Amino acid sequence: MAIDWFPLWLSLRVAALATAAGLILGLWLAYLLANREFRGKELLDAAVTLPLVLPPTVLGYYLLVLLGRASPLGKLYEAVFGGPLVFTWQAAVVAALVHSAPLLVKSARAALESVDPSYEKAARNLGAGEWRIFWRITLPLARRSILAATVLAFARSLGDFGVTIMLAGNIPGRTQTVAVAIYDAVEGGNGTVAAALAVAISAVALVILYLANRLSPKQVAE
Amino acid sequence: MIRARIRKSFPARAESAAFSLDVDFSTSLGVTVLFGPSGAGKTLTLDIVAGFVRADEGRVMLDEEILFDGATQVHLAPHARHCGYVFQNYALFPHMTMRENLNFAATCAGSRTRKLRLERHRKVNEMIERFRLEDVAGRRPNEVSGGQKQRCSIARALIGEPKVLLLDEPARGLDAPLRAELYAVLRQVRAEFGTPIVLVTHDLEECLELGDEMLVLREGKLVQSGQPVRVLDQPANVDVARLMGIFNILEAQITALDPANKTSRVRVSDFELNGPYFPGKLRGDRIWLCVRPELLTARPRDGKPGSNQVPVQLGRIIDKPGGVRLEFSGGIFVDMPRAEFEPGRHNKEWIVQFPPDALRAL
Repeated sequence: MAIDWFPLWLSLRVAALATAAGLILGLWLAYLLANREFRGKELLDAAVTLPLVLPPTVLGYYLLVLLGRASPLGKLYEAVFGGPLVFTWQAAVVAALVHSAPLLVKSARAALESVDPSYEKAARNLGAGEWRIFWRITLPLARRSILAATVLAFARSLGDFGVTIMLAGNIPGRTQTVAVAIYDAVEGGNGTVAAALAVAISAVALVILYLANRLSPKQVAE
Repeated sequence: MIRARIRKSFPARAESAAFSLDVDFSTSLGVTVLFGPSGAGKTLTLDIVAGFVRADEGRVMLDEEILFDGATQVHLAPHARHCGYVFQNYALFPHMTMRENLNFAATCAGSRTRKLRLERHRKVNEMIERFRLEDVAGRRPNEVSGGQKQRCSIARALIGEPKVLLLDEPARGLDAPLRAELYAVLRQVRAEFGTPIVLVTHDLEECLELGDEMLVLREGKLVQSGQPVRVLDQPANVDVARLMGIFNILEAQITALDPANKTSRVRVSDFELNGPYFPGKLRGDRIWLCVRPELLTARPRDGKPGSNQVPVQLGRIIDKPGGVRLEFSGGIFVDMPRAEFEPGRHNKEWIVQFPPDALRAL
């Protein structure tokens, strides 16, 4: 029988979108955590880390409560986009984002903090504003670590199961990502499909991890 | 010209003891050296002037501008202070070429003064030429020599036409030729740009070679200021004397003082010396007697010691670039040229002559 590759494409698309959104959100949070002093900073850091340690089903449950059709946010989304968020592929993006962004924030914060502060001091002394310092000095110097973290976050988005199934459900051809499809196939006794998808996703993950290792900063200038 | 009165305290932490800085000084035109041992607060002082660290109280003025004032809560941002800063590790941006580093500085300074692009370009080229960076302008910092990095970091700090150039231990970790090159560049800056320089160092030679004025810091306090040769000649206390490399610091007692003849007599353990008149001291005072090792003379013992001559035994012989430093019994150090020392090398018994004018009482 023909294998339906739709879950693989959906997963890749969802992961790409989640990573892009995660990069923007993650860099912003990482910048705040690395450079600013404010009350509740470490609490924010802990809250951001929470998704890394909570069971995915718990995350999914929270998201359902937060974004479900009865919640204010869910209603707002429905009013703006004309349809509910939950049980759509967009919900899968949100699920993957929540699942993977903490990794990005953590790594990006470490990367930004690892930049020798004397460069930022020098730039500040020369008259550069904080915005220019971030884009011209800090980010370029931390770019390899951040890129490596982004690739890892992409891989993590690809592998989410628990949050996705809670928030986006298991609708073949619409919200069924690879991880969910494999589960579905095994449950339905469809061994070939499960094996094919499992091998395919493993291969993709292997390539991604290889890339991430290549990108990790090995030789630091000077 | 900087005028500063600074107080800054740090409570004790797990990894460091409590520290408090309390200094009041002004710098002159030319080169002012902040001199002192590690942990004296030199770099902290520089960072407070540059605006990287905020003082607890006091006031910092640069020419007629207030950079910091504790009472009125004025604390200008580092970039608004017109202070060029050269970092110990140069802090050249590693992902930019030499020219890009200078361009970055010119752009930052330009957005402040609204200079035209062409003007900025001209300025960068001028700096590249003046600091002999033509050949390496297109290279990254990790591809150029230490001297070129150093020149580039000084050029970068000067591009914004600062009112003062601050340097944090610029010669630390440099070998002798690079040091000489740095001193030449700093003299060039002083001569061609006329920018006053404030330099942090714990190196005495650097201080004497470059400093027009020196401020001696110790444990967060300013202990003495003045021309380096003056400080060397008349240190304010025993600590300064030690920092200035004066190794002969002997416990003594004044046994006679004669203001009319401008002479004195001091007793040091088991010998007596004639000295100059010590203003402000009284007969019977216990003092520290300081003498610079290069002002003493020594010769192998050849008879009875005369006036102001002390018999001693030779201990260690320390080779120095300019000659030898001899350590005698009783903690007396004498510097002398190697050629003068060699013929008498094997003598054990020596005589050290103390010129009366070389004695200082602390």
